Amino acid sequence: MAPVLAFWLVLCLSGTWAVDRGNFKTCDQSAFCKRQRALKPGESPYRALLETMELTNTRLTLQLINDNNKVRLLLELYRLQGNITRVKINELKPLKPRYEVPDVLIREPPTEPLSLLSQDDNGVVLSLGAESQRVIVSARPFRLDIMEGRDVLMSLNSRGLLAFEHLRMRKDTQADPEAEKKEEGDPENQAETGKEEEEKVEDGMWEETFKSHSDSKPHGPSAISLDFSLPGVEHVYGIPEHADTLRLKTTDNGDPYRLYNLDVFQYELYNPMALYGAVPVMLAHNAKRTTGIFWLNAAETWVDISSNTAGKTVFGKMLDYVQGSSETPQTDVRWISESGIIDVFIMLGPTPKDVFSQYASLTGTQAFPPLAALAYHQCRWNYNDQEDVQSVDAGFDEHDIPYDFIWLDIEHTDGKRYFTWDPHKFATPKEMLQGIMDKKRKMVAIVDPHIKVDSNYKIHNEIRSRGFYIKNKDGGDYEGWCWPGSAGYPDFTRPDMRAWWASMFAYDQYEGSMENLYTWNDMNEPSVFNGPEVTMHKDATHGAWEHRDVHNLYGLYVQMATADGQIQRSGGVERPFVLTRAFFAGSQRYGAVWTGDNAAEWDHLKISIPMCLSLGLVGISFCGADVGGFFKSPSTELLVRWYQTGAYQPFFRAHAHLDTPRREPWLFGPENTALIRDAVRQRYTLLPYWYQQFYLAYHTGQPVMRPLWVEYPQDPATFALDDEFLIGRDLLVHPVTEEGARGVTAYLPGKDEVWFDVNTFQKHNGAQNLYIPVTMSSIPVFQRGGSIIPRKLRVRRSSSCMEHDPYTLYVALNPQRTAEGEIYIDDGHTFNYEKQEFIHRRLMFANNVLSSVNLNPEARFTTRSWIERVVILGASKPSKVTLKTAGESKFSRQTADRKKPFLNLVVLVRRLL
Amino acid sequence: MYCPYLLLLLSLGVSAVEVQRPRGVPLSKRQFYEEGKPFTCLDGSRTIPFDRVNDDYCDCQDGSDEPGTAACPNGSFHCTNAGFRPAFIPSSRINDGICDCCDTTDEYNSGAACQNTCRELGRKERESLQKMAEIAKEGFMLKQQLIQEAKRGLEEKKGKLAEVQTSKKDLEDKVEALRSVKEAAEQPEKEAKERHLKAWEAVIRKEKDMAKMAAVFLELDADADGSVSVAELLLHSELDQDSDGTFTETEAQGLLGGVDKVDTVAFEAVWSNIKDKYISEETRESVSDTDSEQYPEDDIPEDEEEEDEDDEDEDPDDGEYKVTSLSFSIRLVLDGPGSPPTTRTQEKKDDEDEGTMPPYDQETQNLIDRMTTFFCFLFVHRNIEKEISFDFGPSAEFGYLYNQCYELTTSEYIYRLCPFSRVSQKPKYGGSETSLGTWGKWAGPDDNVYSVMKYEHGTGCWQGPNRSTTVKLTCGKETVVTSTSEPSRCEYLMEFTTPAVCQEPPSLDSMHPDHEEL
Repeated sequence: MAPVLAFWLVLCLSGTWAVDRGNFKTCDQSAFCKRQRALKPGESPYRALLETMELTNTRLTLQLINDNNKVRLLLELYRLQGNITRVKINELKPLKPRYEVPDVLIREPPTEPLSLLSQDDNGVVLSLGAESQRVIVSARPFRLDIMEGRDVLMSLNSRGLLAFEHLRMRKDTQADPEAEKKEEGDPENQAETGKEEEEKVEDGMWEETFKSHSDSKPHGPSAISLDFSLPGVEHVYGIPEHADTLRLKTTDNGDPYRLYNLDVFQYELYNPMALYGAVPVMLAHNAKRTTGIFWLNAAETWVDISSNTAGKTVFGKMLDYVQGSSETPQTDVRWISESGIIDVFIMLGPTPKDVFSQYASLTGTQAFPPLAALAYHQCRWNYNDQEDVQSVDAGFDEHDIPYDFIWLDIEHTDGKRYFTWDPHKFATPKEMLQGIMDKKRKMVAIVDPHIKVDSNYKIHNEIRSRGFYIKNKDGGDYEGWCWPGSAGYPDFTRPDMRAWWASMFAYDQYEGSMENLYTWNDMNEPSVFNGPEVTMHKDATHGAWEHRDVHNLYGLYVQMATADGQIQRSGGVERPFVLTRAFFAGSQRYGAVWTGDNAAEWDHLKISIPMCLSLGLVGISFCGADVGGFFKSPSTELLVRWYQTGAYQPFFRAHAHLDTPRREPWLFGPENTALIRDAVRQRYTLLPYWYQQFYLAYHTGQPVMRPLWVEYPQDPATFALDDEFLIGRDLLVHPVTEEGARGVTAYLPGKDEVWFDVNTFQKHNGAQNLYIPVTMSSIPVFQRGGSIIPRKLRVRRSSSCMEHDPYTLYVALNPQRTAEGEIYIDDGHTFNYEKQEFIHRRLMFANNVLSSVNLNPEARFTTRSWIERVVILGASKPSKVTLKTAGESKFSRQTADRKKPFLNLVVLVRRLL
Repeated sequence: MYCPYLLLLLSLGVSAVEVQRPRGVPLSKRQFYEEGKPFTCLDGSRTIPFDRVNDDYCDCQDGSDEPGTAACPNGSFHCTNAGFRPAFIPSSRINDGICDCCDTTDEYNSGAACQNTCRELGRKERESLQKMAEIAKEGFMLKQQLIQEAKRGLEEKKGKLAEVQTSKKDLEDKVEALRSVKEAAEQPEKEAKERHLKAWEAVIRKEKDMAKMAAVFLELDADADGSVSVAELLLHSELDQDSDGTFTETEAQGLLGGVDKVDTVAFEAVWSNIKDKYISEETRESVSDTDSEQYPEDDIPEDEEEEDEDDEDEDPDDGEYKVTSLSFSIRLVLDGPGSPPTTRTQEKKDDEDEGTMPPYDQETQNLIDRMTTFFCFLFVHRNIEKEISFDFGPSAEFGYLYNQCYELTTSEYIYRLCPFSRVSQKPKYGGSETSLGTWGKWAGPDDNVYSVMKYEHGTGCWQGPNRSTTVKLTCGKETVVTSTSEPSRCEYLMEFTTPAVCQEPPSLDSMHPDHEEL
């Protein structure tokens, strides 16, 4: 949902339909970004003081000195398990501690020994463990080069852009610009450090204004910056959230990519503006290697990308190659943050999968959602009352469209007081929830983190009396304007606040809640309608820290506390489901995210693919976009295409703005109802596969929705694709996202691979661009030859209704006539899988035998489900089919589908899984 | 686990149904499922051994081999529902843990604890059918009365119309005669004549104004209760006194002289306050003026109208009002063709304006009195004309709703439906009224067009359409608004019961579902 401010009203009425860019800062308007970006590449003023080097078994420390101002920094270097190098730089003796981001790493990362290979006057060479990797620390100027064999994998400060604004006392002369000028250049000794103070006092160091807002900056400048060079790299990805292409663009001619969680009203596409969430993780990829940079900093951050090949045409590159004169392609990246320290994790791959595991080892993996959360969600701002909810629920049954969750937006509350219900419209919430439960369905109600300032509101009174609100710069409770009017913002960075918040979800606290009620955290950037850039003042305080330090972390904490509350209310038995709009590195551990307030436009449908792919690359797999588009009203064609696309994206929820006409799936004539029904049903048949993929993501950190290059890292044709994607490694989806499309061209990767159209079972060779004619009912999806995908073909009202239904295995043979897959089954909603209560088997087809092995012999689970059918794609008709199980043999029968010339062998199997 | 009991149950299931047929097969299709004989899919696509019927594996494309299991994605299951109505449900609802058939037969293996509710449902349905039938019966009788009343009313109105027209003609003749007499008598007194002409003009202007005032009163009095209220006035935001964009209740009350409502008499005082700003509904809705052709006076030749252009300019609203244009025509008649309206001089006009209106001679006074009566007729005339122009249904059975209003109070709002006029919403605890639409059209489906009314062009919504209301009419003994809702932003839905939609009920016997199985 977007903030709809009175003064924005006017703007909209004037006919402009786009973000009001003037509400958000450019780099030039953000003082530290402007300052830092003014530094140009060149000789770094920093020098490593090798004599200060200390090397223990697990870490190296070393002091750096800025020769301009003599301020000393402390460099720490760690070799972490799993091919990760951590570089930390802080002030040696800061005036006060600088913020180090807590709660994002799942633990203190385990280290590996470092050893000194060589040392001379100008540097040291350290071995990075067993592989032939070394890090070279050069002293003058300071730089770090990470090598493998003779190749440089990555260099730090090679362009001399390391900058560290040390904390300083405010000069008393600040108030008198004349006096200030006089003193400029005079060396001023700081009693405490004795450092030389040379920096000029620039505008925006001690105070900054933007529009009508002023940032008091009591601690002065504190920005940090560092550059990374990536030789041989032409493709970089990640650093969500931006409404941009999957492959990041160079930023030389515009603003850097910005990471600052903001509630952007009607966001624009294809630009580097900040959006609701921020994950400061970038992946770099070429055909040989994938690496990653994790910049652990929660303050406002800007990322510049430049490339020495960016401007070159394909012909130019070819010419370089022929002439042999080509310089190595290289991408240079530079990170700038407003406060905190430099704390970088360099993930050295070498494969994409390695980088995913490396990042997962630091921040954890995707929370394993309840199975139902992977099904279809029906949302709208707002379902008006209980009767409305009931009739929408009945509408799905009447039109035989399955759904699992119905959602309530802010209007369900009593005057935007979260944890309450409108006494007239939702007078008997438990009755309503019971009605939904009777259909084996669930509900989500919104709980936002802004709390109405109202002395008759229990939540507000408790937070106030416990002192849990964020404070303004003068020490009073911070108040901002949001949905309820004047609102306070609980300080979710406090563990005691989060514990209290979690306790509010207990059934006896959250009146009207039941076990099938789940939660949605919106506006947690946090959104403050009357704040600078629609968010909180940076000089608000969270205990010892400023909001400036923790801003990008706030949303993560809100979701964390909410998910904890859901876990606790069931005594730790049930899995939570919480959707969030704001997020940070590590948010994957707490639930799902969506791409915020998009619009009913074809370009917004298209951008949903790269936006979710980018999130998947940095660990957040449970991603989706509002199906149909939030603002405005979609054409019927767009709505149908969006359902078809959404059915193949991880989080599948339709949502709509309050002011748009109703758009439940059956409101567009029987033909379109049938098209939407078919798309949703396709989703339900594939739920076993989705579930298995999420189990895998939970276990390994691999993204569920993947760019093609992740599976085909050596095929440059895949590197920039973002109109198609993979689910797991076995399903390739190229949704139709063009208006009036008659066909799409999908790239099928893999030189020796084959792909089967899941609708026609037609076989296509890999490594080709395939033109596929489409009609309104087409969703081009391909199953990889060599894979086995389980489906449940008996689609029912909701996923819970399908729990005991049998599976059909789709065995797609590769040219070697083999295939492999997995099947994962558990109860679908509890944490009992942690207690080995599941079935996880590998399925294999080779030598005309389909067999399975238990992937986890410890695991115990019984299911009433069975395998009812095996469909083998790409085989010839067998003369005989036999079935063997341990002990008993059950009947089987086979049919070949006469209508399809290539073989579709169906074997009926009944047996224990 | 292989489900051994499933097969067991299957065979049990087959024998448990009293009429021998596989589970989920309706009686009407029993003959296609012959025990022991090969089964041919109902679409004829293939034939399978009978033991594959209901074996929980889908063999037929059309799902016909699995009428009693959920194996086929497109199958359907037949519940007998003895005691209630038989039904087909999608086979995906078999054994899904949710009770769909009231006889519980769809949940034979899911563990769901379903109760057989068929008899109860049947009883309730019969009761409600009976109740509905009674309502329909009584409603239909009421409807017949309504139709009769409508017929009478229409005749009456037509009579009145004719009467008005006759009186008008009569009046015109008399006026004409009077004029001739007057002209003859006043011939020598040039000055006096001019004065009288002037006086006439003043009279005419006043009458015109009165006519307009009356028309506006009728229009403002949306609920036709014989008075204009604050709320009714509020619908005309152009009357906003300080033109600040919001026409408040206080302002409206101010216009009404501090009271909540005014009757026709008191309205005269109000009229002088609002006449300059008032914009007619008809102007607003830019309804074409074609129905003014109904007035015979419009047959006046064009050149006469042109002659009078100067006078018309004095009142730009002329022509918007049938009544005023009518009075205008009367004046033309009175002035007679060729009499120059522009003979007066400026000075003289000023002179006269300073003094009080010259006393009328008796004849003139008589004429004026007659004119007043005449205008009263005209208002009636206009109203009747308007009323007759509505589509009140095939037998004018909806006619009784005209000039009536019906209210429903919810927790927040008072909703008001004035059929064939408007729908509005007013906050219960103060605040101004919002128009949810004015009468648009009958909007039911083709076979039942009089079942839905549509009111359109209400107050606009931010970023949205103008408010509109759909009124669904159902048969009832009483005429009541039973519910309102806003299913989509600014699109309201109202349920309204009225005897006027009651259909002749079939005899109760034929309504009983006699095709109940068992």
